[in-house]
Order: sequence, then C-alpha cells, then structure tokens
Amino acid sequence: MKNNNVRNVVAIGIGTALYVVLSFIYIPLGAIPNTGLMPSLSIIAFFSAVFGPVVGAAIGLIGQLIYSLITGGVWWSWLFPMAIPAIAIGLFKGKYNVKEGGFGGRQIAVFNIAQVIGNAIAWAFLAPVLDILIYSEPANKVFLQGIGAFVGDIIVMGVLGTILLAAYSKVSGKSAGLKKED
Amino acid sequence: MKLLTYTKQDTFVHHLSGVTKLFFFLLWCVVSGLTYDTRVLAVMIAVSMWVIWDSRAKWEQFAGIAKLMAFFMIINVVCIFFFSPYIGCEIYNSRTDLLHLFGNYTITAEQLFYSLNVMMKYFTIVPSAFAFMVSTDPSEFAASMNGVGIKYTAAYSVSIALRYIPNVQSDYRRIKNAQEARGIEMSGKAKPIERLKRTSSIIFPMLFSSMDRIDVVSNAMQLRGFGKKKKRTWYAGVPLSRADKTVIVLCIAFSAAALWLTFYDGNRFYNPFQ
Amino acid sequence: MRKSDEPIIEFKNFTFQYKSQSEPSLFDINLRIYPGEKILIAGPSGSGKSTLSNCINALIPQAYEGTITGTLTVDGKNPAKEGIFGMSKSVGTVLQDTDGQFIGLTVGEDLAFALENDAVEQDEMKRRVAEVADVVDVQKLLDHAPNELSGGQKQRVSLGGVLVDNVRILLFDEPLANLDPATGKKTIALIDDIMKVKDVTVVIIEHRVEDVLYRDVDRIIVVNEGRIAADMKPDDLLAGNILNEQGIREPLYVTAVKYAGCTIDPKDKPQHIETMNIAPYREKLRAWFEKAPAPDRTNNNPPVLEIKDLKFSYTPDEPTLRGISLTLRKGEMVSLVGRNGAGKSTLAALICGFLKPDSGTILLDGEDISPLSIKERGEKIGFVMQSPNQMISKPMIIDEVGLGLSVRGFPAEEVRKRSEDVLRICGLYPMRNWPVSALSFGQKKRVTIASILVMNPELIILDEPTAGQDFRHYREIMEFLRDINRKTGVTILMITHDMHLMLEYTDRAIVITNGQLICDDTPARVLTNDAIVDEADLKRTSLHDLAVKCGIEEPSEFVDRFIEYERSKFAKEGRSSE
Ligand SMILES: Nc1ncnc2c1ncn2[C@@H]1O[C@H](COP(=O)(O)OP(=O)(O)OP(=O)(O)O)[C@@H](O)[C@H]1O
Ligand SMILES: Nc1ncnc2c1ncn2[C@@H]1O[C@H](COP(=O)(O)OP(=O)(O)OP(=O)(O)O)[C@@H](O)[C@H]1O
Ligand SMILES: [Mg+2]
Ligand SMILES: [Mg+2]
Repeated sequence: MKNNNVRNVVAIGIGTALYVVLSFIYIPLGAIPNTGLMPSLSIIAFFSAVFGPVVGAAIGLIGQLIYSLITGGVWWSWLFPMAIPAIAIGLFKGKYNVKEGGFGGRQIAVFNIAQVIGNAIAWAFLAPVLDILIYSEPANKVFLQGIGAFVGDIIVMGVLGTILLAAYSKVSGKSAGLKKED
Repeated sequence: MKLLTYTKQDTFVHHLSGVTKLFFFLLWCVVSGLTYDTRVLAVMIAVSMWVIWDSRAKWEQFAGIAKLMAFFMIINVVCIFFFSPYIGCEIYNSRTDLLHLFGNYTITAEQLFYSLNVMMKYFTIVPSAFAFMVSTDPSEFAASMNGVGIKYTAAYSVSIALRYIPNVQSDYRRIKNAQEARGIEMSGKAKPIERLKRTSSIIFPMLFSSMDRIDVVSNAMQLRGFGKKKKRTWYAGVPLSRADKTVIVLCIAFSAAALWLTFYDGNRFYNPFQ
Repeated sequence: MRKSDEPIIEFKNFTFQYKSQSEPSLFDINLRIYPGEKILIAGPSGSGKSTLSNCINALIPQAYEGTITGTLTVDGKNPAKEGIFGMSKSVGTVLQDTDGQFIGLTVGEDLAFALENDAVEQDEMKRRVAEVADVVDVQKLLDHAPNELSGGQKQRVSLGGVLVDNVRILLFDEPLANLDPATGKKTIALIDDIMKVKDVTVVIIEHRVEDVLYRDVDRIIVVNEGRIAADMKPDDLLAGNILNEQGIREPLYVTAVKYAGCTIDPKDKPQHIETMNIAPYREKLRAWFEKAPAPDRTNNNPPVLEIKDLKFSYTPDEPTLRGISLTLRKGEMVSLVGRNGAGKSTLAALICGFLKPDSGTILLDGEDISPLSIKERGEKIGFVMQSPNQMISKPMIIDEVGLGLSVRGFPAEEVRKRSEDVLRICGLYPMRNWPVSALSFGQKKRVTIASILVMNPELIILDEPTAGQDFRHYREIMEFLRDINRKTGVTILMITHDMHLMLEYTDRAIVITNGQLICDDTPARVLTNDAIVDEADLKRTSLHDLAVKCGIEEPSEFVDRFIEYERSKFAKEGRSSE
C-alpha cells in the first residue's frame, strides 16, 4: 500500500544532497595520483542496499554531476560508471533485510561480493575504456588509474558501507526480546 | 567550501531557459568528447569564454576551483608524458624532437601539441559549467526539465537535492564539531583506514536523521497531493522563448558542422604535422 | 461556534492497530467534531494523538499500515477508501517539523505546491498564491529560500501552503514546538484570525495547553493510552483535575489557585487569566503567599567560566555578538534566553571553540582557553545538541556512552566501568545493551547527556533540552539534570525558549537580544519586567498576572514562591516514589 514511488523520489533527492556534501571529504592514499578514499561512495552503497538499484544509481549519477558542475570538471568517462556498483548492489536488495534488522554475516558477504564485482566492472574496465575512447589517453596510464580507483572504492564500500549498513540495520530492526538487566 | 550559487542578473545567458543551457552544455560535452580537432576546440573555447563573460560570474566566485582544476590538469598531462612520452608521435605519425630529458624521455612537438589538445578539451567545458551554475535558477530548472519530456518525478528529485544541500551542509558542520568535542579527531594524523572508520561517526548520524527526513518529507508531499496526477504545472516554469529556440538550432548546426569537419578525413585528430 | 448539527469528523467505535504492534494504539474511539469548531487534543507522549490525526488525513492506513475496525467519516468521506490524495482536498495537515513540510525551493513555490500537483494553470496559480500570501502575511518573502526564514516565518508558510487549497479541516500536530514564546503566541493568533476569514474546522495537537488557550478553543479532548479520557469545554476541564492526572501541564495560574487550596468553579471562566473571575479565590491566594517560604538561592562559589567583552560576527558588516560579558559560578544552573536569532547558539559555539571570536576573552577556571582546540575544550565543557539524532553515532547504548572515552585511549575495562556508572546515574543501566532505537525521545536525550557526563566535564551546555517533549518527559529530564547538578556540582547552562523551565529549574537567567546581554537576574524578576519581556520576545508568566489581580505588591516574589513550593513538592514526590 505504501506509495514507494514518492518515497523513492525523496530518497534520491536527499541521498544526492548527502552525496554532494560528503564528496568534499577526501582521504588521499598517496600511492597513485588522483586516487584516494572517497567516503561519499558509502552513501551510494547504503541507498542502493536499502532502496534498490534505481535510487542508488540515480544518486550516483545526479550527485556526481552536481558535484562536478560545482567544482567545474565534468569527466564523463568517470561519471557513467558510477551507476554500475549501485546497480550491482541494488539488485540484491531483497536479500539484505536491512530494515528488518537482518544484515548479518551472510548478507555482508553478498553485499561485498556484489560491490567488488560492480566496482571491478566500473573502474577496472569501463572507466578506462571510456577514457581511451573519449580522450584518447594512453592505455597503461588509465588502466593504472582505474585499478587505483577500484581499490579505493572497494575499501570505502567494504569498510564504511558495511559499518553503516550493519549499524543502521541494528538500529532500525525490531527491538523484540529486549529485557532489562541488573 | 562555498558553493557556486545562482544569483539573479539581467543578462542574455540568465534569460535563457535552464533546458536550453542544459542542452547547450550536453552538446558541448558530446562534441568536445568526440573531437580532437584543434580548430573546433578553439571555436568552442571562444564561445565558452563569451558565455562566462556574459553571465557576469565574478572571478572570485570560482578562482579557487579554477586553480584546483588547472593543477589537476597539469598533473594529468605530466602523468601522460611519463606513462607514454610518444603517444603524440603515434597519433600524428611524425616525430620532431625538441629537448632530450633523460633515458627514454624526449619532449617532442607532437607530444606538446597533443597535450595542448587534451587541455583544450577541458577548457571548452569548464567555463560554461561555471556560467551554467551561476545563471540557472534552480526552481525554473526542474520545471524546464519536465518541459522537455523528463518525468516530473525525476525532475523533482533534482529539485529536492538542491533544496536540501544547504541543510545537509549545516548538519555536517554541526555534527562534526560535536564529535570533535567528544575527542574524535577528523584531521590528518591517523592512518587512512582509521580515518575512514572515524568518518562513520559523522556519516552515521547524518544518515540516521536523513532516513527520518525521507519519511517526513514524502508524507508531507503526499499530503499536499504530489504524485496524484500524471501531469503537473510549475509555479516557476517559463516557456521557451524565441532566443531559446534560436540558440538550440544554432547549437545543433554548429555541432553537426564541427563533427563533419572532425571526421571527414576519417580521423578525429587535426594534424598540422603533415 | 457550532454552525451545523452534522459532524464534519466522526469516529464511531473506531479501533486501530499498527501492523507491527501486538495491541491496538486506538481503542473504541467515539468522537464528533462539528464544522467551525476549534478543538485542542492533549495527552501524554505515546498516547495516540498523532495516530488519531493521521487517521483523519489518511496517512493511516496508507503510509502506516494496520487494521481498522469501526467507522470514520471525514467531510462525508471514508479516509481509508479515499487515500491520502482523496483526503488532501478536504484536510490540510501542518506537521510539527516545519522544515520537513517546506518542500519548495522558495516561499512562492512552496505555497504553490498543492496547486502545482493539481495541475492548475500558472496564471490562476500566481493569483491564488498572492491571495494566500496576503492572508498569512508573507508577501515580501516570496523569493526567499527556507534557510533565509525564521522559525515563525516558516510556520506561516506551512500554514499558507495548506490554506491555498481551500480545505475544510486544518490539522496541526504540535505547531508550537521550537518557537519562541512570542512567535508561538502569534501563531495561535494567526490560526484564530484565519478562522474568522475562512470557514474551517481546526484541530490542534499540543502539549503547551496554556499557550493554545491564549485564544478561545471550543473543546479540549484528552487522550490517554489510546482512549479518550475527557472531552470537555475548557472551563470545565480546568476546574477539574484531569490534566494533572494525565501528566499534562495545566495553565500555571490554575495550578497556583489549586495550591492555595481552592476548588475552581467553571462559572468563573478559568480559560483565560485576563477574563477569569478571581474574587472568590483572592483571600486564600494571599494567605498562601504569606505562608509559602521565600527562597534563598545566592551562590558565592568561585567562577567556572568568565566571558569578557566577547565580540563576533559571521559577516563583517553585521555583528552577531556585540560585546558579551558574563560569569558562571561553580554549581550554578543558568538559563540563556532570547528570541529566535538572538545569538544564543552562537555564544555556545564560541565557548566550545566551534567558532573563533573577533575579540574578547573566555576564561575557564581563570585560564584563557583561546589556545585550546575543540577537542581539548571538550574535556572540560560538554555540549549537548538540541537533537539527539545529531549526536548518536553508535547503534548500541553502552558503546555510544563509552565512545568519548575509548577514542581518548582509556583502557577498555575503565571505559566500561565509567560508562556503567554514568548509565546508573541516568537510569539507563538496565537497558545498557539495547539498541538506541528502542528508546523514546526523552531516553535518547538522556543517552546524549550520559555520553557527555562520562567525560566529567565541569560545565555542561544544553541547547533546548526539552523542545517537543511532553510534561512527564520534561520533568524526567529536568529533574535528572538537577539531580546530577546537586550530586556532582557540575555547572549547567541551558539555552531555552521554555519560560517555565527557566523559572522552575534555573537560579539565574541571562537574556540576549541583538547580540547584547540586556539582563542577568533571577528568572522571576526577568519575567516580571515588562520592558525586558517585550524587548527579548519573552512571555510574561500568567502567575504574574494572577498576583497582580490578587493585589499582591511583589508579583515576582509570588512567582518565586510558587516555584519554590513546586520544587519541594516534586522533590517529596520523587523521594516517596523511589
Ligand atoms: N509507525 C508506527 N508503527 C508502530 N507503532 C506506532 C507507530 N507510530 C506510533 N506507534 C505507536 O502508537 C502509539 C501512539 O503513538 P502516537 O505517535 O500517536 O503518540 P502521540 O500521542 O502523538 O505522542 P507524542 O506526543 O510523543 O507525539 C505509541 O505507543 C507508539 O509506539
Ligand atoms: N553560519 C552562519 N552564517 C551566517 N549567519 C549566521 C550563521 N549562523 C547563525 N547566523 C545568524 O546569526 C544570528 C544568531 O544566530 P543564533 O543561531 O546564534 O541564534 P539563536 O539565538 O540560537 O536563535 P534560535 O533561538 O532560533 O536558535 C542569526 O541572525 C543568524 O541568522
Ligand atoms: Mg505525536
Ligand atoms: Mg539556537
């Protein structure tokens, strides 16, 4: 009965606002130029797991586009792949039971397998290929950057994404069977 | 960081509909993505520069960002050089050595010209992106997106995002301060993974209150009839003017010409070395 | 006021049970509301008030699922059948959270939102928006974004946003929470004025009964544990003892009259202090006043915090604080008051180091703290933000409380021990292994206070500690704060819009207006000083009016003694219930 359509519209809007604001935090890894940890990616992972692939992908695309416009550098080859991990994670939304409080060992495994595969396709393959097609940049450079982004993103989604989902699941799940202790 | 924000002005660019600007911007991105023709890029840069001049965006508004961009662009070009010092020569099928550095690294005219083109590609877009941000009324923007056939629910997501960015920003500042007061250090000293874990102490409360907010806002919207009908009108909508239509037609004509000029010899590069 | 005998809202043997609950939240409700009436619904937190109003606008069962038995008819329709959209033509709902209700990017768009969704043509829409902007008096703000409005202005916009649709019923869910007293008063007056212009039925849910009664209401409905405990005319209700029994704060003058040992007769019109007939009670009140002990609350402890000529501005041309000087002594409980936007939160932010002052000094225990970082100040000064959701960052209670200590590198054993000790003080020890989500709002608030207390601060600053809480939870939180203040001698500074909190629980009130400290005195004297009250948008207490009406010469003494009387009364009750 719930009107999920309106809820999803709002979730995209507010998720995007969160993504844009958090995009300004950046933790450099140091080893490879232009790559580091971007905590904002955990927002995409979170919304995909809770609201499904459409919401997650929309947040990734719109959020990254707004962020790029604000900072002046739209880099198309690195924009479109944002949607891939979101879709990969969101496809298994039904399996995570985040809101019901069931996000435990097995669900964490599924979530992480999905995000690693999604990120691999997006950053280790699609983004570099688009870089070559659009910008004719040298292959060895873009693939190395792609691998760097891949590593950074699986760390963010794996660590921060998992922490947030597990914590939210604990909080929003049924608080059945609670007993006062002495 | 202070964001580029819309300011009301009386200029040609300001009077254009948001959709026209979006259309221009997308076409510009497509063309500059496809072409490596130096002449086309030069014309596009000129137009882009005119747009930002006309929009009266102030240099202070985007100086910081522009400098950052320039810095990244230089790093990028240097990177390309170190990874593939002769990619320019491969592309243009010629080699003119200018200066030998060391080992296998020699600066060639072709590499310089290729790097110039890479940089030009960004300059075609960046100024118009700034102009776009300062000259487009966000209210009108959602309306005009809907006007060109994007579903109004989708257009409204963008509107909500823009509505809530300032809220989320002040939440962020407040939460960060409160956590720091409890002794959670956010700044540079810890290891990256440790810092990542600590950001969860900011992101978690933000997410938590955002989830509540999603419920409140979607209820409030439904109570006032959002999603009731297939169609929706817009308080801030403005129909496309003659200027809009002219600009759109000119954009299409220019893009077609540019792509023809780029590809008629079967190669996207303009080659002055032959 | 009744204009017709056909009810516009009618509940008949109505029961509702949320899908996730094992018991109904509304039991067998029978209630009729007639066109043109103004109804106040009061009741403790969790009693089912919002549930009731959500049945009327069809959020139940559309957004919150559950089972309904019995019937509900609203404006001739069945909400469960019509759905939210169907009801939106008849019912306008103003949510408590005005920021959540504000959906458009600007005021104009937000007013137009319902019309846009109804696909009204743009010209027609602009005309109707202009019309409604006139009614709620926001014509000059049409281009403003929500973050450029004060709380009261947002409240007006929300009201306009539902009025634009010519609805017949207006529902307000706690419209006064977060408003300063003057703005709250204006909101109630605005609702009343709209009822004069438009033919609407109004239902207000509110804990602040006295503030709503500022203008006449037709009936008060008291809800308790999902049942209707009373449905009466205000005069009758105030004469009885039902509000007290249900844990709802009565108007203060009514309480005072009862303390003096009088029984109120509804014929004396206790609904407003201005029009109430005091004659029968005057003598007893005067006698009670003579007998009540006068309090002595001077504090000569050494100063903890000294602020000297502090100046600060967000933008160069507009100073926010123009030279504030004040001293807090050890063990004091002080309130900081002033209208929305006066600079109270800014002052707190400067003390905690979130902002840097332009000039002036802040001394803590006699030492200048300007070189200290936020983190270092945090060891001595604890700041509790208004919304617990902005502070809680761990899902489990005990982890949340221990967080501050574990990041400071204390050994796990000590963290656990100290957290448990604090949880015992806060009455949360039995629940220490629960997820935070299982707690009520008031309990969450206590978790955030516990997480600050655990670090043994010398000074605690609380930003609006009781906003939106019912009287029982209000008492719980405030008694708890007073208790730790006595037990540990911690100094407490509270930012508040609640005049009664300031009277009842603090020894001193600091009033800020336009970035200047205009008064620093006992709360009773502040609130009986008309010049200060007007300048700072505070609200005079009705006790003052009562004292004047009784011919008592020192109204502020009367207020003081009332408070002292209540304190010792509650302290006794607290002891006997332990
Ligand atoms: N969405 C929900 N799902 C399940 N139970 C709910 C839901 N909302 C409220 N309840 C339960 O219904 C009861 C009544 O809640 P309601 O929100 O109507 O109280 P209220 O009187 O409005 O309280 P307050 O003054 O705190 O707003 C509570 O016991 C609550 O636990
Ligand atoms: N970050 C900011 N940038 C610019 N101006 C600000 C900022 N924060 C607050 N102000 C302005 O400074 C003034 C004081 O704000 P402050 O938040 O201290 O008020 P307050 O007394 O706490 O009000 P309230 O009771 O509504 O919480 C206001 O006019 C406000 O608009
Ligand atoms: Mg409620
Ligand atoms: Mg404040």
